Amino acid sequence: MIEALQNRKYLQFFLLVAVFLLLCLLVPQSEGNWLWRLPPLLSQLPIIINNSVDYMMFEWWPIEVYDPDIEEYEQKPLLREITRGISGVVLFLIELVREILLGGVKTIVTFSGWDWATENQWARWPALPWTVVAGGAAILGYALSGIGLAVFVGAACVYIAIFGQWEPSMQTLSFVLIAAPVAILLGLALGVWGYKSKRVEAVLNPLLNVAQIVPHFSYLIPVMVFFGIGDHAGAIATIIFATPPMVRLTILGLKKVPPEVAEAGLMSGCSDWQLLRQVLIPTARRDILIGVNQVIMQCLAMVVIASLIGAKGLGNDLLIALNRLRIGLALEIGICIVLIAIVLDRLSLAWANKQTDYFADQSFRERHKYSLWFLIVFVAGVVLAWLGSFIFREGFNYLYLIPHNKGITTAAFWQAGVDWIWDTFFYSLKGFNEWLIVEVLIPVKNAYLAMPVVATFTLAMGAGFIVGGIRSALIVGFFLLFIALTEWWDRALITSYLVTMAVLISGFIGIVVGTLCAQHAASSRFILTVCDTFQTFPSFIYLIPVMMLFGVTDTSVLIAIVVYSTIPATRYTVEGLRSVPEALHDAASMSGVNRLQRWLSVELPLSFPHMALGINQTVVFALSMVIIGAMIGTDDLGQLILKSLSDKAGVGNGLVLGFCVAFIGLAIDQILRTWANQRKQALGME
Amino acid sequence: MKLRTPKTLRSLVVAGCVSLMSITGAAKAADSTAPIVIPIHNWSSQIVMAYVIGGMFEKMGSNVEYVPADAQAVYESIRNGDVTISHEVWQSTFGKSFYNAMAKGGVIDAGTHSATTLEEMGVPTWVIEKNLCPGLPNWEALKDCHENFTTADSGGKGRWLEGPQSWHGDLMPERLEALGLADKWTVKFAGGADALWTELASAKKEGRGTIVFNWTPNFTDADGFTFIEFPEYTEGCRIADGGDGKCGSPKGWLKKAANYKFPKTHPAAYTAFTKLDFSTTQIGQMAALVDTDKMDHKDAAAKWLADNEDVWMPWIK
Repeated sequence: MIEALQNRKYLQFFLLVAVFLLLCLLVPQSEGNWLWRLPPLLSQLPIIINNSVDYMMFEWWPIEVYDPDIEEYEQKPLLREITRGISGVVLFLIELVREILLGGVKTIVTFSGWDWATENQWARWPALPWTVVAGGAAILGYALSGIGLAVFVGAACVYIAIFGQWEPSMQTLSFVLIAAPVAILLGLALGVWGYKSKRVEAVLNPLLNVAQIVPHFSYLIPVMVFFGIGDHAGAIATIIFATPPMVRLTILGLKKVPPEVAEAGLMSGCSDWQLLRQVLIPTARRDILIGVNQVIMQCLAMVVIASLIGAKGLGNDLLIALNRLRIGLALEIGICIVLIAIVLDRLSLAWANKQTDYFADQSFRERHKYSLWFLIVFVAGVVLAWLGSFIFREGFNYLYLIPHNKGITTAAFWQAGVDWIWDTFFYSLKGFNEWLIVEVLIPVKNAYLAMPVVATFTLAMGAGFIVGGIRSALIVGFFLLFIALTEWWDRALITSYLVTMAVLISGFIGIVVGTLCAQHAASSRFILTVCDTFQTFPSFIYLIPVMMLFGVTDTSVLIAIVVYSTIPATRYTVEGLRSVPEALHDAASMSGVNRLQRWLSVELPLSFPHMALGINQTVVFALSMVIIGAMIGTDDLGQLILKSLSDKAGVGNGLVLGFCVAFIGLAIDQILRTWANQRKQALGME
Repeated sequence: MKLRTPKTLRSLVVAGCVSLMSITGAAKAADSTAPIVIPIHNWSSQIVMAYVIGGMFEKMGSNVEYVPADAQAVYESIRNGDVTISHEVWQSTFGKSFYNAMAKGGVIDAGTHSATTLEEMGVPTWVIEKNLCPGLPNWEALKDCHENFTTADSGGKGRWLEGPQSWHGDLMPERLEALGLADKWTVKFAGGADALWTELASAKKEGRGTIVFNWTPNFTDADGFTFIEFPEYTEGCRIADGGDGKCGSPKGWLKKAANYKFPKTHPAAYTAFTKLDFSTTQIGQMAALVDTDKMDHKDAAAKWLADNEDVWMPWIK
């Protein structure tokens, strides 16, 4: 009996579920009962964190600083001066790029001071005419890849300009152009470090998980306290959010480099740096490039959130448009965000894939042909802008900068589209919505809330034990214990209920759609582009139509989460299935299986570890969306994170709540990852 | 890395300051040229007013900078000096954040607008016209009409759609309890203002009853919105203040906040800012330029400044 149990995992799971259900039935629901709910021993933690942050920021190690504005010496704490110094540098870089594109006075002020700049009103940096930027971008596209990319990049710029979004788009661009390279370099450096040292990797792994899952809202306030408000704060929050995938993919890529390659490098006498720069990184290029793609996508996905702490540009305009329910306008802004993402992604990809040209003895004109072209475009653009000032005497010079919201607009068309959807689908969806809420969502939610804490621990730790032994069980137990000891266990249960539902739906859709699309190379590429689009398209935009159709209910929250978390499920399924070797397909077909049999017994098992990681990422994505759910209206952890923006102990509350969300993710991650690794080993893939 | 001792740091800073002083020269009586930072939130009247105030400061020769910010989180930034002023502090929505920041130090109260605000539960006027709850706006009518306001997830009770919990905590559930309406009504917290407006729009299309939290002056005034008349507010009547909770919202104030250094760095601009005072009508005008006339926020501010010189010129003298 015991022996049978040891060998059959499904029997173990069966037993576990039986114990779990028994516990659910037997443990009485009463507040004093520790088997039902643990006492909130950690309820002081947010206040402690808050006080220590306050102490560090406002009291620790004070230095005397003279403030010339009020002509007094002030006690200023050291840490604050340091973080504000960092802010200053980041802000300077962003303003520099921005003023090259749009003109301004800040860069001059950095060197001359406000007094001088105020007295000398002529000292203003002029903007580049939009025609020059668009032409320059197209030339860059041509130089890096060819005519196709040039046309695409140029068209994107023209679209942005004629829809009157030039100014905010360039503001957003300038901020992304600083945040993305920093995140990429930081990710690359950390990744290489993690590759060189096992210990660093062991430390990095949980940190990356936390950084990726903690909802961005919970570190908005800490970032604001440490770094102030403005574009720099937005950039720093974005960097925290965008770096983890880069680190992870760098480590992954470097690990895949065959030892023969590295040794060949060593034998040719490479120094450490040369080995890294010229052997390892180029060999690991494929994965590192996926990392770059992810950084760019994440940066643009953060545009709206970053605007809450001061980033200027499209994100802020989007929030304003949505506040008046101008969905058409919001949609146009959203398209601009996606366009910037795709342009940057394609350009960086082309740059990384470009082979160095080794032709010697070129003439001056050949070597500098792109610079010369740009010079021509520059002069032509400036002349056009100058001529424009004669043509458009009355209003705005459309050949210099198309002013914000003065371009053409198709907002009315989109608005009509939304109305049409509403009129057509509302009544049929209404019945479905009511059924879903009454018959599915509310019962599931109540079932989650009726779980005694001891039963939850048994189920989660038991699953950890069956999959990964005592170590996994303890890790999972620790994460749950932290949440159970805060005051927010019930809220965490509601979050888990939403995430469970979302992952079930997303996993199903993702695997089905992914499988269908993976059958052909063209459809695979298409679906991956769709994934990119949805990852950067601000979720705020479809929240409004979803709320109109489904009301301020859990259904809307669920849909918002599902739209976003289906992306990784689909992406990993496609990539997993595409990575099954052709030879195996042929071998299977020769043994006489049909298409469905081949999928079931060859492709699916082989790509299973990949898909498990996809589901893992689905959980991560779903958890990071709970905050967006809170913007519709939920009563889970997300609602409290949103509330922490106005709390007295906001920093502490936000961070501890963020950790609760992250720990749910980490517990699931522990089980799924261990399982996927075991499968990989069993299949001989590692 | 070894940290520098505070002594060397201090001398460095002092040296830096001395050199800075020698550059900037003698003491100035006039306003500093460092920019005044004005926050931009996400509703029309606030944005237009930001550009109006910015325009006034510029007229006085100050430099102005605008920064997008979350309306709740901005008080922490004012406290730290990253943002200089906030010109629309709504009593019931932002009062808590404002007073929390004031208690921590760094924020000062720069006076009150003469505009009064009302933030209360209410219904779109067509709900009354359709007679979905006979007797409104008197709150007693709520005792027997909840069937027209149920939703799928409200468990048979009528639903109040309240703003996010960060706005007034558990005020509305407590009020339902105190007024004896809790067995017929339940409160759902929306995630943000967008959710409230979406609910208004979708309820109107469907023609179903809805009770939402709203305020005036607001752009919804144009479509007709009626606030429910609860028992009158008296000082300390709320449960959080030790009262019995049987009362509605007060006529609220609309305040101005500033960083504590603002009066010292920009004495003239600060004086103008304290004198500045908008009425409900003026705020309505600014919002209407954007919401009704579909102007850009900056254009609307320029137009308002041009049309109302007699109003704001006295403030900046």
